[in-house]
Amino acid sequence: MLSIIARRFAGLLLTLTVMSAAVFVVMEVVPGDPAAIQLGTSARPDTLAALRASMGLDQPALVRYLAWVGGMLHGDFGTSFTYGVPVAGLIAERLAVTLPLAVMAIVLSTLIAIPLGVLAAARHGKAADYGATLFAQLCLAVPNFWIGLLLIVVFAVGLGWFPAGGFPGWSAGIGASLKALLLPALALALPQSAVLARVMRAAVLDVMGEEFVATARAKGLTRRATLWRHVVPNALVPVVTILGLQFSFLIAGAVLVENVFVLPGLGRLAFQALAQRDLLVIRDVVMFLAALVVVVNFLVDMAYLVLDPRLRGRT
Amino acid sequence: MSAALRRLPLLLGGLLTATILGISLLSLVWTPETPTRMRFALKLRPPLAQGLLGTDHFGRDVVSMLMAGAWNSLSIAGLAVLLGASVGTLLGLTAAARGGLLDSLLMRLADILFAFPAVLSAIMLGALMGPGALTAIIAIGVFMVPVFARVTRSAAVQVWARDYVLAARAAGKGASRITLEHVLPNVSGQIIVQVALQFGLAVLTEAGLSFLGLGVAPPAPTWGRMLADAQTYLSAAPHLALVPGIAIGLTVLGFNLLGDGLRDLLDPRRGGG
Repeated sequence: MLSIIARRFAGLLLTLTVMSAAVFVVMEVVPGDPAAIQLGTSARPDTLAALRASMGLDQPALVRYLAWVGGMLHGDFGTSFTYGVPVAGLIAERLAVTLPLAVMAIVLSTLIAIPLGVLAAARHGKAADYGATLFAQLCLAVPNFWIGLLLIVVFAVGLGWFPAGGFPGWSAGIGASLKALLLPALALALPQSAVLARVMRAAVLDVMGEEFVATARAKGLTRRATLWRHVVPNALVPVVTILGLQFSFLIAGAVLVENVFVLPGLGRLAFQALAQRDLLVIRDVVMFLAALVVVVNFLVDMAYLVLDPRLRGRT
Repeated sequence: MSAALRRLPLLLGGLLTATILGISLLSLVWTPETPTRMRFALKLRPPLAQGLLGTDHFGRDVVSMLMAGAWNSLSIAGLAVLLGASVGTLLGLTAAARGGLLDSLLMRLADILFAFPAVLSAIMLGALMGPGALTAIIAIGVFMVPVFARVTRSAAVQVWARDYVLAARAAGKGASRITLEHVLPNVSGQIIVQVALQFGLAVLTEAGLSFLGLGVAPPAPTWGRMLADAQTYLSAAPHLALVPGIAIGLTVLGFNLLGDGLRDLLDPRRGGG
């Protein structure tokens, strides 16, 4: 068990190293000089050279790479030129919006997907099954930021139940903050729930064919009791895996949805940095979120080992 | 499930994608109005008051913009899928043919690439290269490479284990000839299914990128930018936000149904939802 964890952890470190190298190389080979972008086209050559020196751009690539990674490991992500503050602080501040948003979206999507998947499987081949499939197909086909726009039209502009956008900040009270996050989380959750519901449906159908289900029925449990006590818990395992794999899509979706609802999260930060062409902020945010995705997948893997002892023997 | 019902996704998907492809091609030679022509006197007209679907905040005809947007969306998505499918298939075939260290290395790299949120990386590319069609194509296409590499590899590995491949090897054919003559024809079905499914995803991603201003440069109309513009007029003209989203939804639905239908057709054991 311990050796598997150690091996997976080594894999995680290797992945993070390759990822950081990839981000760094892309920033190197794609044309565009951070110092020149910062100063604009009319910069004098000596000013440019001075800024390049102060940003460390005159150093060899390997030295700059190691300085960047080493800095990040110490919590030093560099300084944003548009905001004039450390990027680490910016990321921490924005994470306080993006992380709760992502968690809410995950919770909402499972709350929608699990009953829907179970219903579709239990009524396999009947109207409810086709209804659930149709719902899933429709949710998968539309962009989450468009769902966000529709939610604004109906619940903010039309009914006035929710704010159309913006974030009051956690200091303004948890209730108001959660209220501001609910519509964006729902916009993110609907396409996710479509994916999860399909997986849940397939998993429930799979488990229903197992022998222990027949045994449970034979010893006199009702259909409903068998379904919820024996089938559903066993069908949840693949759903957890997909949740982990979908996390990357969730983060990508958050970038768009945060911009629809004007939420000061990491996606909005990356977008604003794009408008300002603040390359350092973009590089660090991309690296941070990619690392977050990998770490989440690692944790899901670990959770798996705990949940399913049969996997411990495998590598 | 009846046979007719099973073939419904394929029929519906084929019909939807053919219609949208037709509309996008038609937009190259004819639209009701010039999609970029601004008429401030006619701005924000509701549907049927001016043209079939009204006008936007510059008085541009919404129907014409949708048609031209279809072409922009499909051409970018198509080129991105072409990039991802060709590079990914090549890598997948190589990994399956060579096996060993190269195989595990390529698949590990594919995993890592897959973990990058595509929109964020497009923001990174956009900041460096400036927004535009090329940025969008590369940003979307690069992240399709691991998907195609994985699908091709896992299908190709199975073909490599077949007896006829063994026979071909015994006959003295080299790895590249076997790949070309035996492996590729047998995995092409699964690649085509994936092309349809990834096309839908590419249309969604393109819409997201042009929503953020990272797609084709203005004034060329895109569905994503139409939605971004519509956001300012949500209370005055909600139909402007409704229509491009429906266009995106129908397109993606078409490609997803087509992909699902083709998969069922190629492998009748699967499916049923």
